[in-house]
Amino acid sequence: MSNENSTLYSKKNLPGNFAKIGQMLLAVGLILVVLAYFVDHTRSAFNNLILLMFLTSIGVGSLFLVAMEYLGGAVWSTPFRRITEFFAAVILVIPLAAIPIYFNLHDLFHWTHAEAVAEDKILAGKSSYLNETFFIIRIVFFIAVWFLFYFLIIKNSKKQDSSGDPKLTTRNIKLSAVFIPIFGLTITFASIDWVMSLEPHWFSTIFGVYFFSGTILAALAFTTFIVVYMNEKGLLIKGIKKDHYYSLGAYLFAFINFWAYIAFSQYMLIWYANLPEETFWFLQRWEGGWMYISIALIIIHFVVPYFGLLSQPSKMNPKRLMFMSIWILFAHIIDLYWLIMPTYSKDSVPLGWIELAFPILAIGAVITVFSIKAKKENHVPIGDPKLKRGLDFRL
Amino acid sequence: MTDKKLYSLTAVFDKPDDIINAAEKVSDSGYTKYDINTPYPVHGLDGAMKLPPSKLGYSALVLGLSGTFAAVLMIYFMSVYDYPIVIGGKPFFALPAFVPIMFEITVLAASIGTVLTMLFFFFKFPNNSHPLLETDYMKLVSVDKYGVSIQADDPKFNEDEISKLYNDLGASKILPVYWDLEEVLYEHKIVEPKFLGMLALTAIIVSGTVYFSLNKLMFMEPFSWMMEQEKLSPQQKSEFFSDGYSMRPPVEGAIARGDLPYQFADKPEMAAKILSNPLVSSEENLLLGKTKYNIYCSPCHGYFGEGDSRLRGQFPNPPSLHSQKLRDWTDGRIYHVIEVGQNVMPAYNTQMTNNEKWATILYIRALQRSLNAKESDL
Repeated sequence: MSNENSTLYSKKNLPGNFAKIGQMLLAVGLILVVLAYFVDHTRSAFNNLILLMFLTSIGVGSLFLVAMEYLGGAVWSTPFRRITEFFAAVILVIPLAAIPIYFNLHDLFHWTHAEAVAEDKILAGKSSYLNETFFIIRIVFFIAVWFLFYFLIIKNSKKQDSSGDPKLTTRNIKLSAVFIPIFGLTITFASIDWVMSLEPHWFSTIFGVYFFSGTILAALAFTTFIVVYMNEKGLLIKGIKKDHYYSLGAYLFAFINFWAYIAFSQYMLIWYANLPEETFWFLQRWEGGWMYISIALIIIHFVVPYFGLLSQPSKMNPKRLMFMSIWILFAHIIDLYWLIMPTYSKDSVPLGWIELAFPILAIGAVITVFSIKAKKENHVPIGDPKLKRGLDFRL
Repeated sequence: MTDKKLYSLTAVFDKPDDIINAAEKVSDSGYTKYDINTPYPVHGLDGAMKLPPSKLGYSALVLGLSGTFAAVLMIYFMSVYDYPIVIGGKPFFALPAFVPIMFEITVLAASIGTVLTMLFFFFKFPNNSHPLLETDYMKLVSVDKYGVSIQADDPKFNEDEISKLYNDLGASKILPVYWDLEEVLYEHKIVEPKFLGMLALTAIIVSGTVYFSLNKLMFMEPFSWMMEQEKLSPQQKSEFFSDGYSMRPPVEGAIARGDLPYQFADKPEMAAKILSNPLVSSEENLLLGKTKYNIYCSPCHGYFGEGDSRLRGQFPNPPSLHSQKLRDWTDGRIYHVIEVGQNVMPAYNTQMTNNEKWATILYIRALQRSLNAKESDL
């Protein structure tokens, strides 16, 4: 209970095979992806979009979680905020995943074909927004904004390790207050541009929120997994206990419900209004075998994690938490697959090694970025004034 | 002091950390009947007191599920069994539409039910007195102090030992709390005139207020000048007219503006002879005709009058408008068919104005000419 016992922290490195697994996945994924591009160009481009959305989810979602901690004044998550910051570094590889998209715009997006737009009144009406130049400008702008806030927020947090200056926290709170509305807008428009515009005739006003809910869930799942994994091995700091696990579990549980709420709202309004220009999007996902993926999505993304994390003891059980985190990441990939792939193949569910290659690359990239950051920096924000309170946190 | 019965020995602490420490020590010392009182929920107390996880969650689960079940039953009874109405072409049992109601009633049942369970089951609600109430101890711990109270019926209870424990823990005050003997010794009677009177008074006040506000207050109009004028409402009986109708039919022979009654309803030949198209085939009229033709005629006759519409085969096939018979018909004869219908074709007199009918005929003529052009058209 003593308040003046300054936190003793000695950095313990991650086990060596952790980085190796990441590099291996990255290498295997990269080889398969290059091969996939030679085998089936269009199909690979669609899968590349899943990869891009997944990396965006993890990177930008993690930065959002960091900003939420600052803005909300939360202390419970301070001891492992650095983990989330490492995952936010995935933002840096988003452009790499976006470049192949740029070269395959015509394969992916129907509205980039000038002759199709000329024949189509609706697309012509949307062409002031959906045109290639503006699209590229927007994407560059989004990525630039994410880069900017990543560097600003992380720099202050890192500087605090040595100086311990509480002013840096204040500065980050202000930055977070600016970042969060910008995050809301950029993630909404990014999801509209990258995913919703695959079907340029379709529109759903809740789509940005839908993607946001999955984003936060995936980012949180990665953080939860690594925090529980490292803490069980004693690689973090003394003081992270069941109370922290419970909070992470409850956070996950809340966003599982939020996702289901938003997904159902989107479905119900379109189902109820029954307008052909909206319903075709769901009909696409109900025909040609997609029905099974749609039903599986409900079960995988909502029912299983809901009952898996419902009770209080399950949120404190490290094994359960780690399993559920991996499960939720898997569910997020299925979610992206369900959003993107029906545009590529309406009549059948494409499931082959190409669909496996891109998630392998995605996971490999995230783990590699994480292990590079983890090697260089402290795993705990040791200079943060909230750290002591965070370690003393109790339910 | 002999007439006082000890309820518990309490101690007051100044800091939240102290009370967590105290809770740990008290539970470690083996006391079972004790309680902690703080002005706000202090994090970590449950663990320090070694309390098992609360059972309240189970009651929330059960009540929530029964709410879901009740909602399904309610909606099923209302929209499938008792009063089925087709809404927006959906089936009577349209699950997605019911989910919001199921969700809301689940939340409502779970939250209200949990609060009631907490009050009645855990707090023993109708019992509104507790020895700790109205004591100096309670006054302190409900403002800015943190207190622990070990009850006298604890098997390990020993006043000196507990005082020593409290002092060791750094208590700022140690206060004994006594039963309110007047209350303990009071003999409760089942029928108490005071209580019954109170009950009756409450009933009268509540029901009176409800009656007044629902039946009187709700129907008070701030201004009634226009509401209460001399007039007859729809469906009201008239005392003035002998037939009792308050709404009067129009005078016999009256015609609505812009409407001419059709005089040749059963005389197609006369219509063919007498009626002629008042419109000239201007672009404007032809466009109007095209619009109306595509709306009213094309579903059966097809966009080009060939009788090849999407409804072909589902009804007796409509004839082509390009037959010699139709081309020989006068405009008046076609007008007659549009006006009164023919075979399975319904009358369109209520759906199109006179001008629209004539414009449509112009358009039909143009269609006919497109397939059987005269030499002079070339």
